[in-house]
Amino acid sequence: MTGAIGKPVPLVDGVEKVTGRARYTADLDSRDALVGRILRAPVSHGWILAVDTARAEALPGVIAVVTGQDCDMTFGVIPIAMNEYPMARDRIRYRGEPVAAVAALDAATAAQALELIEVEIEELPACYTPAQSRAPDATQLHDKKPGNLEREVHHTFGSVAEGFAEADLVCEEMFDCAEVNHAQMEPHAALAEYDPEEERLTLHSVTQVPFYVHLMLARCLGMDTSRVRVVKPFVGGGFGARTETLNFEIITALLARKVGGKVMMRLSREESFVTHRGRPATQVKLKLGLTKTGRITAVNCEVVMSGGAYAGYGLVTILYAGALLHGIYEIANVQYDGYRVYTNHPPCGAMRGHGTVDVRHAFECLLDRMARQLGLDPFAVRRANLLTAPMFTPNGLMVNSYGLDECLDKVEAASGWATRKGSLGPGRGLGLACSHYVSGAAKPVHWTGEPHAVVSMKLDFDGSVTVLTGASDIGQGSTTIVALAAAEVMSIDLGRIRVVTNDSVITPKDNGSYSSRVTFMVGNAAIGAARAMRAKLVAAAAKKLEVEPDEVECEGETFFVRGSSQSVLPFQDVAIAALAEEGTITVKGTFSTPVEAQGGKQRGGAVGSTMGFSYGAQVVEVSVDEATGQIDIERVWVALDCGFAINPLAVEGQIEGSVWMGMGQGLCEETHYIDGLPAHANLTDYRFPTIADAPPIDVHIVESIDPLGPFGAKEAGEGALSGFPPALVNAVADAMGVDVNFLPVTPDRLLEAMIKFARTQRRKETMT
Amino acid sequence: MGQGMKRVVSLKINGREVEEVVPDNLLLVDFLRDRQGLTGTKTGCDGGECGACTVLVNGRARLSCITLAASCDGSDIETIEGQAARGRLSALQRAFHQHLGAQCGFCTPGMIMASEALLRQNPSPDEAAIRTALGGNLCRCTGYVKIIKSVQAAAAEARS
Ligand code: FES
Ligand code: FES
Repeated sequence: MTGAIGKPVPLVDGVEKVTGRARYTADLDSRDALVGRILRAPVSHGWILAVDTARAEALPGVIAVVTGQDCDMTFGVIPIAMNEYPMARDRIRYRGEPVAAVAALDAATAAQALELIEVEIEELPACYTPAQSRAPDATQLHDKKPGNLEREVHHTFGSVAEGFAEADLVCEEMFDCAEVNHAQMEPHAALAEYDPEEERLTLHSVTQVPFYVHLMLARCLGMDTSRVRVVKPFVGGGFGARTETLNFEIITALLARKVGGKVMMRLSREESFVTHRGRPATQVKLKLGLTKTGRITAVNCEVVMSGGAYAGYGLVTILYAGALLHGIYEIANVQYDGYRVYTNHPPCGAMRGHGTVDVRHAFECLLDRMARQLGLDPFAVRRANLLTAPMFTPNGLMVNSYGLDECLDKVEAASGWATRKGSLGPGRGLGLACSHYVSGAAKPVHWTGEPHAVVSMKLDFDGSVTVLTGASDIGQGSTTIVALAAAEVMSIDLGRIRVVTNDSVITPKDNGSYSSRVTFMVGNAAIGAARAMRAKLVAAAAKKLEVEPDEVECEGETFFVRGSSQSVLPFQDVAIAALAEEGTITVKGTFSTPVEAQGGKQRGGAVGSTMGFSYGAQVVEVSVDEATGQIDIERVWVALDCGFAINPLAVEGQIEGSVWMGMGQGLCEETHYIDGLPAHANLTDYRFPTIADAPPIDVHIVESIDPLGPFGAKEAGEGALSGFPPALVNAVADAMGVDVNFLPVTPDRLLEAMIKFARTQRRKETMT
Repeated sequence: MGQGMKRVVSLKINGREVEEVVPDNLLLVDFLRDRQGLTGTKTGCDGGECGACTVLVNGRARLSCITLAASCDGSDIETIEGQAARGRLSALQRAFHQHLGAQCGFCTPGMIMASEALLRQNPSPDEAAIRTALGGNLCRCTGYVKIIKSVQAAAAEARS
């Protein structure tokens, strides 16, 4: 190690952020751009009989109007499940779905034009819950999808019957988790520019995966991909909302092409909510079998997700939910049945902890309750089920490193569990839960056979090193990771390195920021590029020093012969020597996932597969107001095994952020629709914790050093999220004796549960 | 929406005198972003809910998305762009940078401006005062832990 990594480093693009110089999409120069606006469906479900744009087009200042008729190509993130048009064509399937769009000289004219577009609709009955959608007389949302089932999954590993027979205790419970939204602070925006002379399109957007957007623009506009350029400026958070290509990105491009110029589309906060792609409302029916010692003998899990109106990421989400029952504990017998159901709500998608959060919630809650019945400590029951790495799970997931045991030790000690549990006094309690998450999907949905990540690097006459990557920094610090990896391997100053990101004409393709893949994959590719560059420099130094390359060491921007204190060459001299050989030096590094990491052979077995899982344990301390049901989070202790913390400052920040986001989902976040109309589509009604409610979070980093990870690192940005809600519910049970099976645990719901519980207790007492 | 009335406003933005004709209904945030090119001030919501647009008007934190530009005639406006002096970061900017008070950075200009207003009024705020002052500034990335730490660090540096 040469000292660039393993210590806290501020983000390399941090100064731009704190000075306001960082330009996000909505900040880009749009003085010469038209203003784009979208007309949205006023009903949840219906046939479009006619769209009359004549009056809008006649309005002075309106330059172009587009409707569903301007694009007859579907888009979507899963190649086999693209069933959504950028603007509805014949059929509206959710309230707020784009129907038409305008480009006008100014915002007021654009708004006025929307009012002049007449849409004739024949309404259809709408389904808002899976139960409604699955009813025999329900209107079918999509052809060839009877029962409105988007996808069902049935996976069995081992023998569940035998497993339950072996158990000393078998329990089954049903958990209901509300739909939640990412609510990233930056509203959606896109800036499109079309040059009809060159037949080229440039789009700047808020995307996490520019290359998906690139592919979908080419597809929906019928353009050759070489004529499309996608640039990602600074992005104000993603959390999965922007993994898929979104309708407004394509609409903005369609408008730009129609006007033969530039269109800026800034969605309102309300529209950003309506675009959705959040975590679906999920019902989890879970049955566990445990021996007296706490060993899990069998799992039976049925999941029903309310997926919204289009396929989106749905099939991956429903597969993840089952796949990630595995990989955290040693469990031989697992049955999973998943149902992803269409409803007339905005489409759901990927959200931090994609697919696993609600299932992990159910699992950790039920495990805790059963431990209680068996008289086992929550820590003990989890320790009874630890894995031994390296291993493969029954569903074919590779586990190469595993620090969950150490995570448990850390939070047990830090929280004072042994002495404080059960002695905090009335209304107070402690709860524990564990969680895990993938470090990048080992097999991407767009499988092309290419490496998962490519990083290129340039060394030029000025001695500067430019690293080019398509990895999208969305605030998680990926640009900094790339710079640190290069600095570490080449043993040069961070200041010598500039990282250029996310411009399809300049940077190599990257699969994007999702499934916590960037540190692992792009980090490894950056190491590869830096090693290639270093080899060139070492060769040049060896020539100058008249020794063999393997005798040359580099450290602190110098090159020298191993074991000799003389003949030290500064970086600059070696760079000049290397450049003399071939001019500007360019190298690249790539990362491909090993076949063993790519999951089981079962249908859908690639989902959940990864090179390494992060593992987390957290203890939450609550105090509950018995009179109001209000929960205060007093403190959180969390430990996460991220393999190795390349930048501990960023790792801490990611863990704090995920714990806090899990807290939002646990306590207050939920969407709410009235006849399909989002009643939550603003930052007052979509409640998440503010700084006033933010608890102290005591972070412990565990480093299991993954054999394949860059410097041993794994993911750090998602794994801790799913531990919070169950730790919260377990803490509430500890405080009040009440087990709740819903999320979020809002005061009104908790109060009702406490009243019911008290009533049952009284009845029990009078009966005995 | 007609063109409405317009008026001339003179104000100071980050120490620079500015005189402009503005429509009565022009919001301060749009005046700053669209007319002055000061896009450091962000819009995060549809009005008054997130704090991303926080600027200082006569030294006090104000939400520029619910402030009319015309009402700022004669005022002294400070935005994030005016915080660094000759390119050197202010104490708060440095603290947010060093302590990772900014992840995606979108809430950051608003956070820093609201914190600036706080520190000018109360150079040694306790944690409760920081939480109160930033109660209207939402962040979706950090869980606020490092934001609180950043403000505390800036306050400590200013005292030393
Ligand atoms: S933009 Fe002003 S409060 Fe949200
Ligand atoms: S840093 Fe992203 S919203 Fe605060």
